[in-house]
Amino acid sequence: MSKHAPYTTTQVIQASLKKRYARERRFQLYGRLAVLLGFVFLFILLADIVSKGTPAFTQHFILVTVNLDPDALDAAIGADRETLRQANYAGAIKRSLRDMFPEVSGRKAKRALYGLISVGAEYDLRDKVLANPDMVGQTTDIWLRAHAEASSYLKGQVDASLPESDRRVKDNQIAWLDELREQGRTESRFNTTFFTAGDSREPELAGIRAALHGSFFTLLVTFLLAFPVGVMAAVYLEEFAPRNRLTDLIEININNLAAVPSIVFGLLGLAVFINIFELPRSAPLVGGIVLSLMTLPTIIITSRASIQAVSPSIREAALGVGASKLQTVFHHVIPVAMPGILTGSIIGMAQALGESAPLLMIGMVAFIMDVPGGVSDPSTVLPVQIFLWADSPERGFTEKTSAAIMVLMGFLILMNALAIYLRRRFELK
Amino acid sequence: MQTTTVFLVLLALCVASFTFGRRRSHALAQRAGGFDYLHSLPKHYGYLAAAWAAIPALLVLLLCVAFESSFLESQVRSMLPAAQQVLPADQWGLYYNQVLGYAEGAVGGEQLEPAQVEAAQYYNALSSTVSWTKAALVFLAAFIGCTVVILRMRPAQRARNQVESIIRWVLFGCSFLAVLTTIGIVLSVLFEALRFFRAIPLADFLFGLEWSPQMAIRADQVAASGSFGFIPLLAGTLLISAVAMLIAVPVGLMSAIYLSEYATRRFRSITKPVLEILAGVPTVVYGFFAALTVAPFVRNLGESIGLSVASESALAAGLVMGIMIIPFVMSLSDDIINAVPDSLREASLGMGATMNETIRKVLLPAALPGIVGGILLAVSRAIGETMIVVMAAGLSAKLTANPLEAVTTITVQIVTLLVGDQEFDSPKTLAAFALGLVLFFVTLLLNVVALYVVRRYREQYE
Repeated sequence: MSKHAPYTTTQVIQASLKKRYARERRFQLYGRLAVLLGFVFLFILLADIVSKGTPAFTQHFILVTVNLDPDALDAAIGADRETLRQANYAGAIKRSLRDMFPEVSGRKAKRALYGLISVGAEYDLRDKVLANPDMVGQTTDIWLRAHAEASSYLKGQVDASLPESDRRVKDNQIAWLDELREQGRTESRFNTTFFTAGDSREPELAGIRAALHGSFFTLLVTFLLAFPVGVMAAVYLEEFAPRNRLTDLIEININNLAAVPSIVFGLLGLAVFINIFELPRSAPLVGGIVLSLMTLPTIIITSRASIQAVSPSIREAALGVGASKLQTVFHHVIPVAMPGILTGSIIGMAQALGESAPLLMIGMVAFIMDVPGGVSDPSTVLPVQIFLWADSPERGFTEKTSAAIMVLMGFLILMNALAIYLRRRFELK
Repeated sequence: MQTTTVFLVLLALCVASFTFGRRRSHALAQRAGGFDYLHSLPKHYGYLAAAWAAIPALLVLLLCVAFESSFLESQVRSMLPAAQQVLPADQWGLYYNQVLGYAEGAVGGEQLEPAQVEAAQYYNALSSTVSWTKAALVFLAAFIGCTVVILRMRPAQRARNQVESIIRWVLFGCSFLAVLTTIGIVLSVLFEALRFFRAIPLADFLFGLEWSPQMAIRADQVAASGSFGFIPLLAGTLLISAVAMLIAVPVGLMSAIYLSEYATRRFRSITKPVLEILAGVPTVVYGFFAALTVAPFVRNLGESIGLSVASESALAAGLVMGIMIIPFVMSLSDDIINAVPDSLREASLGMGATMNETIRKVLLPAALPGIVGGILLAVSRAIGETMIVVMAAGLSAKLTANPLEAVTTITVQIVTLLVGDQEFDSPKTLAAFALGLVLFFVTLLLNVVALYVVRRYREQYE
């Protein structure tokens, strides 16, 4: 081929082919990398949460030889229940710990020793004694709840090679805990407190029960308001609405509300429901109303889609045998569209369950120890509890936060699985 | 009687009205010579009676609840000594709240004036009278409504049509709630924001370069007035959103292209739902992840190469927000790319272009408006996102473009200003509503433009 001969088009193309194919392969590679990156992010997120949260499901207990000496307890043998209820269990535990480690002297060292046991242990002990008053005056081995920091050392989370000032578990505490472990006096148990207690300042006593109840009541209000209203709105827009400006306005509004930041709904709740209607602050009632306004667009949009998907033959058959328009819709169209409507509503509810920003605005960020009993009791919800714990500096709360996230995600997965199941059944028909 | 009790009794009355209405229609039918002579089924007459018991009663209940507390307040005020009657509004509010607290047994009477204790007793007596009157009025309205309907019932009455038109109005009301919600948002935010702009000039807010909303508690304190310049917040918000978009747009768009053009059906059907899990993760979880995992990681990484990185850097918050938005960008772009007609694809491939050339030179230009619309929606999502930035971004407003520094955002400030105890009249609290107003309109603008662009784009190919 001569250097000066003109290239034909085919030659030009063939010369560039290699480059073009290389480019094609590169492009595909970028695509694969992008998908892979998404997977990697998801994996890191989940792995991080699970690895941080799993230890929270266990709690260490320490076997303490408790001397229930009537003098230490301030309660005589055979005292009545009221005296036993108010007896000095903390003192008895402290004395027993001193008896177990007689070599400990000095106020600072003693305080470190008492710090091995949770401040909640005295209430556990009180309940044991109340259940069996004969224990007073005797010396028994009792498993007592370890303090969060001690528990964290026993779980192997504390790096003992760090300088002592950088650790919350001090050298003498490590020595005592090692000694207890060698004697078989420590035990790891499933942390039931996490599911049965409300919030607490102490990580080892904190639980998510109050938050779970709050979430339940809030979602109940949300569902009772958003589901009927959403379905009825969807029915109106799909089946009855005339084509006019008002209908257009409503549709534009619904689409825009779906994209309004959730925190703005919180501002609405604060200004309208709390300041004007004077509904109680921090209550699931207000939280539920705000979340129902937020989830309404989702429910309306998905319900409309599934009403639209109902075959026209069903409507025509019903109208043909003399049903009114309303009867057609309520007796025939809605039952057929129901699985789709439910799927959309469950997805909306899942959104509401994970939402926290608007609830911060209406004061559901309170420190709640008691389990709320109704929709107007002060309460918090699971995501807000996660937010509150995430702010706490103690290490024990970090793992509690991750564990609460695991519970929350568990509920979300359940709800989504239910939605997928309903959709599958719906598609089979 | 409690409002809830009134409501429950009303419900029972409606059920009773239904029964009466149906019975009445039975009687009418017998007199006329059988059910064939009734226009509608007996149950429709029952529904009609129940509806006319409920509608007037609910209206009366609504009116009563709306005016109850202001009526009580004016009555209590008029029985107090003249000195208290002329108290200015804020002092009166405090005074009256003490009365209410004592009346409800929430506070003890030790530090109250005798006049207040007397007022509280008067309040309790009056409020029980008022609530009984309320209940009586509601039940009377229900009774009159039901009776009128039953007395006027005729066999030829088009009961079903009447019931159906009532239900249609209810359906309309439900969908009109969306409009009411928007109006409610605009009014509540606007009203408080206007009060804020009465204290702080609009120009200072929109163009001020400093944000430090610390208001003095005492009047003589140093630095008594905070400054409310909005620009640093906007800059911080845009900085974090920009970082987020830098992550989300390339990853989301490339994944969408790969999944819709290259991937096999099977791969796509598995991959897409898995990536969409990222969209279902609650934002508070992302916030936790950003604050406890990503931020320390970014800081250590920066320090290991000799950069000083703030522990609440914009980079960490933006990075995590980007991860959150990936599936959002992905599914929007996926929809848009799939909407491009196959004829374009086939023409380009038929001319001998490679897939990559087809995508870059044909599909993307065709899909560009839609993709831009989708990205605008994603930006609006990033601007309004709250929990990630509350947990992982800083609190102090700084005007910087360096993503390694800590910046604050509009949503962070709204939360900080409103969480915890606040008095409702200080500019500090009202500033949150001014920020809310800006946030609402910025996101609204982005959404309207984006939805318009996307819709125009879809129509182009339909």
